[in-house]
Amino acid sequence: MRNRFFSGLLAAALLDEDIVLITADLGYGAVDAFAEARPGQFVNAGVAEQNMTGLAAGIALGGARVFTYSIANFPTLRCLEQIRNDVCYHGADVTVVAVGGGLAYGALGMSHHATEDLAIMRAMPGMAVAAPGDPVEVGAVLSDLLAAGGPAYLRLGKTGEGTVHSTSLELTRGGSTLLGSGGNILICSTGGILGNVCAAADTLSDLSVDVRSFPWLSPFDTAAIHDAAGRYRLIVTVEEHSIIGGLGSAVAEVLAESAAGVPLLRIALPPTPTSVVGDQEFLRAHHGLDTASISRRIRERWEAMRGLASQVR
Amino acid sequence: MNAAETVARAVRAHVLRMTSNGRSSHVGSALSCTDLLAVLYTSVLRVDPDRPDWPDRDRMIMSKGHAGAALYAVLAERGFFATDLLRQHYQNGSHLSGHVSHVGIPGVEVSTGSLGHGLSVGAGLAWRARQRHRPWHTYVLLGDGECDEGSVWEAAHFAGHHGLVNLIAVVDWNGMQSLGTTEETLRLQPFADKWRAFGWDAVEVDGHDHTVLDRVLRVPRDATHGRPRVVLARTTKGKGVSFMENQVLWHYRPPSTDELERALAEVGAR
Repeated sequence: MRNRFFSGLLAAALLDEDIVLITADLGYGAVDAFAEARPGQFVNAGVAEQNMTGLAAGIALGGARVFTYSIANFPTLRCLEQIRNDVCYHGADVTVVAVGGGLAYGALGMSHHATEDLAIMRAMPGMAVAAPGDPVEVGAVLSDLLAAGGPAYLRLGKTGEGTVHSTSLELTRGGSTLLGSGGNILICSTGGILGNVCAAADTLSDLSVDVRSFPWLSPFDTAAIHDAAGRYRLIVTVEEHSIIGGLGSAVAEVLAESAAGVPLLRIALPPTPTSVVGDQEFLRAHHGLDTASISRRIRERWEAMRGLASQVR
Repeated sequence: MNAAETVARAVRAHVLRMTSNGRSSHVGSALSCTDLLAVLYTSVLRVDPDRPDWPDRDRMIMSKGHAGAALYAVLAERGFFATDLLRQHYQNGSHLSGHVSHVGIPGVEVSTGSLGHGLSVGAGLAWRARQRHRPWHTYVLLGDGECDEGSVWEAAHFAGHHGLVNLIAVVDWNGMQSLGTTEETLRLQPFADKWRAFGWDAVEVDGHDHTVLDRVLRVPRDATHGRPRVVLARTTKGKGVSFMENQVLWHYRPPSTDELERALAEVGAR
């Protein structure tokens, strides 16, 4: 995802000298090509995220289109008020980009687990929030960010994720994309967990399962949820993020205000600190976000629902 | 009386009325930086009240947003909007908030209120002007207590490193902050040396002397040897009203009707 982002950003920056990339001293091996090709459009602000974000707002107010870049929580939580006041309140054309969404930097420890970013960015007034699920979705989201601008937040995974979508994707801001058609169960996914979600869906093919990927959390495709509420017998959300405030919350908010009675199963990280480290797949499994755990929880819920239904009969 | 003095006198009267009518805080902070704003907007800044969005205008960021009453008043005196609008300060349904907000207020560049934001945004505007060869200068007015914020020094570090000669910081150095003096709260001294260590051209002046301010604020780009300039303006909190001067009390207290009358008389508005 990271490579897809940087290749897309550089291609755009070669054509548009108003595109500026600011990093807070991170992106070794990733920002180099941009910095070499467009040195006048690149700033390393040093290890100073508050200043990076304020600078970005100022550069944007001066007519540029700015992308700030760092890893995990540094470009978001460390400088949250600069995002709220300097970027959002001014409607500044700034896109905050974080690489390492979720548990991508799992072994680096708690400080590098970006597990509340979506909730917090979703609460920022006027902020678009994107968490693409694979490099193809990164391309679609980036096209929109380049066309329509910020304030926006882009959560990336890391490098080397598999590609889920076999063809390129056209997606408007706030759109979602369905993989599959018809079925009893809809699994909603956001961000880099999409690969595991699709693999889990494959293991549940006897239950007739669809997957809908939400590369955008804000704006949110509420129409898709309303539609799903009348179409499926169970809606599941899966995200590599705290159970508070992310995709599961967004779906629950829509369902709670609709008349639908469709059950909802939220699969996410617990909202508690964790000191356990390991690589991303290890930590996903530890927290029940590996393919087998996702599959098992959905099957258990489905069977419980069917058991209840037979008792009612 | 020169133009800046006329504006400063009018701004002081506005500020007193606004904080009294609004029962709002920070009258001392606003009076402290009134002369700085009056000189900036009278003879320094290249701005046009008829074209507040003129692309090549100088940018002025009021980083000490709690003294918003003084900025609103000086903008009104300079003709960015009618002085009648000042009566809406702090009122229900108004856009003239206690801390500076740009929405719907011509001439306000950047909204502030949380301290330590303005210098970074200003450095961004200055960097942008340099990269794209735009003529504007960026001015940032900071409070001295504001310099407790680490983000101020992140921005100072950046601007010094990059030699942003088109960036001018002005610190309203009245020596008092919310609960006491700056020196007993979190020592600023040696203040000028700190800025110099960050790569700035620091000058210390009387922040109420219009002639001196005019000279140090109009900075030729080649005058600072490739460094951004900071004007450390020695000021008096509550300047112009004897019973408010150097009193922490007036960081918060709005003038009563009686106090307003006495204060207006002292600033020559009666």
